[in-house]
This record gives sequence, structure tokens and C-alpha cells, in this order.
Amino acid sequence: MSAVLSVIMNQFGGAGDSISQILSILFYVVFIVFLFYGQRIQMYVMIREVEGSLYKLKYIKEEGRKITIETIKEIGKPQTDPSARVDRYLEYFTITPQSMDPAGIVYKLDHILDVRDSRLKDEVKIMAPASDEVQVNNLENTLEAAMALNFIYKVVRHYYIQGKKTLSLYIIMQLQMILPLVMKEAEAYASALKAFAYGQPIGDGAGPLVAAKLMHGYETRKVPKDCVVATLPIEGRTALVIKAEGPGGNVGKPGDAVKAVIDENEGKIASVIMIDAGLKLEGEMVGEVADGVGAAIGGPGVDQYKIEESLVEYHIPIYAVIVKEDIGDAVSPMRKEIADSADKVIERVKNVILERTKEGDKVVIVGVGNSIGIGQ
Amino acid sequence: MSENSSPTTTKISTYVMMIVLIVLALSIVALMLSVNAFIAGNEMVAGYLLIIGFIAMAMSVYVLLQSRKRIASMKIESPKVMTTVECKKCGFKSVREFQRGDFVFKELEACQKCEDKMLITAIYKEIKEKEKTFAV
Repeated sequence: MSAVLSVIMNQFGGAGDSISQILSILFYVVFIVFLFYGQRIQMYVMIREVEGSLYKLKYIKEEGRKITIETIKEIGKPQTDPSARVDRYLEYFTITPQSMDPAGIVYKLDHILDVRDSRLKDEVKIMAPASDEVQVNNLENTLEAAMALNFIYKVVRHYYIQGKKTLSLYIIMQLQMILPLVMKEAEAYASALKAFAYGQPIGDGAGPLVAAKLMHGYETRKVPKDCVVATLPIEGRTALVIKAEGPGGNVGKPGDAVKAVIDENEGKIASVIMIDAGLKLEGEMVGEVADGVGAAIGGPGVDQYKIEESLVEYHIPIYAVIVKEDIGDAVSPMRKEIADSADKVIERVKNVILERTKEGDKVVIVGVGNSIGIGQ
Repeated sequence: MSENSSPTTTKISTYVMMIVLIVLALSIVALMLSVNAFIAGNEMVAGYLLIIGFIAMAMSVYVLLQSRKRIASMKIESPKVMTTVECKKCGFKSVREFQRGDFVFKELEACQKCEDKMLITAIYKEIKEKEKTFAV
């Protein structure tokens, strides 16, 4: 190789021996540099990679803010520029209750979440005075998506700067390793933002879509909190179908709704069937339907706790049917596969009712998820 | 959602661009030298220079294309959302693009065929490209 190199170097005008020596020294220098500074070079490569993603996150975050402000101006017709208020909103935080003595923490968390929700709704009403109830819910969801993007950007930036400051390979390495997942989530929120702004149904609305299909054409009444219930016949049984009130962006409080319906019927419920969007594993198909046992509901856990507490009190069995999708599908406009799966879910629910209850029984069917873009 | 990207985020690093251009220039020099070597009858050297020149050129073009791809991925994709409108009486069905204010089970204007009210039965996004499947 060195012979070839020297011949090549001769093309530049001879002095092959000295050039060979220089090349050898260069080779040793490179070897020593990589021996001692290899890790640091690797770290700089990683930093560059994180930096690129951080730029993208910044762009997504700024776009999110821009879309939110434009939507507020368009729908809410504010008298003044809402930008400053939006910026303040994006920085809102929620402090979870102290868990050193965990007894009663669920209701404390529930209270904090209620306060947060009403405060954010009031803020939206001030920002967008011309908007109706549905639009207020949609704008609140839009702002929450923008808030999530802002938070993701700031956390990634924090670890990036910390890694650069300390030159710690392990901080940068951890960040670089989880970055593809973080980016996927950020892109999903960016997509959600537009869906919320326009009031389009999202993948998380699989449960409410099924419930809406079941209750459409029947009389509905409101149940606490922000939910509706309809009573209808299904396979010779009476079904009490619950969903968050739509078509505004709203998940309601299914925990309170289920408790209210069970209490109204003095616990004489043969079973509760919950329908929700469930996270799929890689390799599984979007819109796949699966059923099982347990309270199918996400979120901070308050509603799941309340539902389980009501069920245990009256010894009511609980079944779940889920529509599989990934986090990106859950918060972005509903995919066709998910919309098409609603009929399959109804069939599965009917099977569960036929197999697990008797004729004349009462069953509660809960469509869990965000009702944005889904009426009843 | 806007398809434009801000100048701060789309700019290719000048440092990277400089290195790519230097490598590209060197690859051209290597190719020219290989021609010279071939004319001078030194075929082995010409071959090596040709390989070096092509590899360097391919690498620099690849890096340039990658940078362009990164810029393209900076844009937020906005999928097409469709609304299915159906007449429950006569079964007439039409699919149109989503309009603000649409929601599932919203009653619309009268059906073109039977004068009954139309209903939005589905709103969904269309994904053109198929997901990559792994045969496992």
C-alpha cells in the first residue's frame, strides 16, 4: 500500500520517501488521537446528531405556537393580540400531590386536575371570547398539544446543553438513544395540533366512535362529568352506553360517569365493557381489535381507580375491547383502518354480551377517549 | 399547516458544506490525475486514482443528498382528511375532503336522490405510502 501511495505521490512531483515518512507519522498521529480522544470524537458526532433533532424540535414547536395563535385569532376573534397569553399558557405547570403518605392521593390528584382543567378553560375563554363551548374545548386541546411540544423541546434542550457543558458521554448517549422515540412523539403532537385546531377526530377517539355508533338515534342525557349516556336495547339486553360529550375535544371523566350510572341502577349491572384505543406493539397492525379483562382507560389513573372501586363495591365483572394503534396514530387524525374497525368492535362487544350476560340483563358500555370531531 | 420552514432550521451547516466541496474538488483532481497516469502508461496508479476519485465523489454527493433529505424531513406533513357523507334512507354515499365544522353524525343538507337529510358517517385520514413490514 505504501508503495502504491509513494507512486501516487510521485504523480504530484516526486519526493516519495519523505512523503511516505510523513504519511507514516500521520498514520501514527491519527492512531494515537483515536486511542485517547476516540470517545470524545464519538461524543461530538452524537452532539451533532442531537443538535439536528433539536433544530427540528424547535421548528415543530414554533410552528405549533404559530398555528395555535392563528387558530385563536380566527375562531376567538380577540380584541388584542393573544401571543403573550399563549406564551404564558405554554409555560403552565401542574404540581402533583405529595405521595409520602399515599392514602387518599387519588382524590387529591383528581382535585388538582379539576382545578387545572377549569383554569385552562377560563384562560381559553379570555383568549378567544367569540368561541362557543365546542370551540373552547378544541382550542384547549390545541393549546395542550402546543404545550406538550414546548415541553419536549425544552427537556431535550436541557439535556443537550447539560451534556455539552459537562462533556459527559453518558448524558449525550442516553439522549441520543431515546431521540428517535422522542421525535416520533413530537411529530405525532404536531399532527395532533392541526387535528385539534380543525376539530378532526383523532385515533384516540376509537372508543367514543364505537359508542356514538351504538347510541346514534337514541336519546342521550348528560352525566357527570362532561359525558353523555344513552339507554338502548342490544341482543335482548339493556345497554347503557357512555361516551365523552362531543363533538368538542373532550375526554370527560368516565370514572364519575360509570359510578353515577352504576349507583342509579343500585349496582344491578351484569357487566361493564370498556372500549379504548390501546398501544400496539411493533409488528401488529393498526386497527386490530383485541378483547380482555380489566378497565381499559389511560390517563393519570384517577378514572381507572374510580371505575374499579365502583365495580368492586357491587362485584361487577369488567371486560375490555381495544383497538390497536401507536402513539402517533392516537393523537393524529384518525386513520381509515381505525375508523373501519368500529364495526368489528361492535361485533366483538355483542359477542362478549352474548357470552357473558343473560337476556334481560343491564350492561354498561363505555367508549373511552377523546370525542373531538365525534358527535352522538 | 405551513409547509415552509424557517431559515434557521433549514440551513445546511457551512462547515459541512465546505468539507463536502473540498472532497468533491479533490475527487475531481484524482480523476484528472488518473487520466494523466493512464496516458503516461502507469495503469495501476491510474486504476487506484480512479477508485479513490469515484469513492470520494460518491461520498460527497451522498452527504449532499442526505443534507437535502434532512431539510425535507423538517417539514410537517399534513395528511389529507376525508369525510364520508351518507344517506341512511337510500344508501347514497359520497366522499369529500374534510371541511372545518364537520363531525361524525352531523346532519347535512338534503340527499340529491331522496331529499332525506345526509349524515357524516366517518372522518379519516388517508395514508398513501404503505408501512414497511418486516417478515418475522
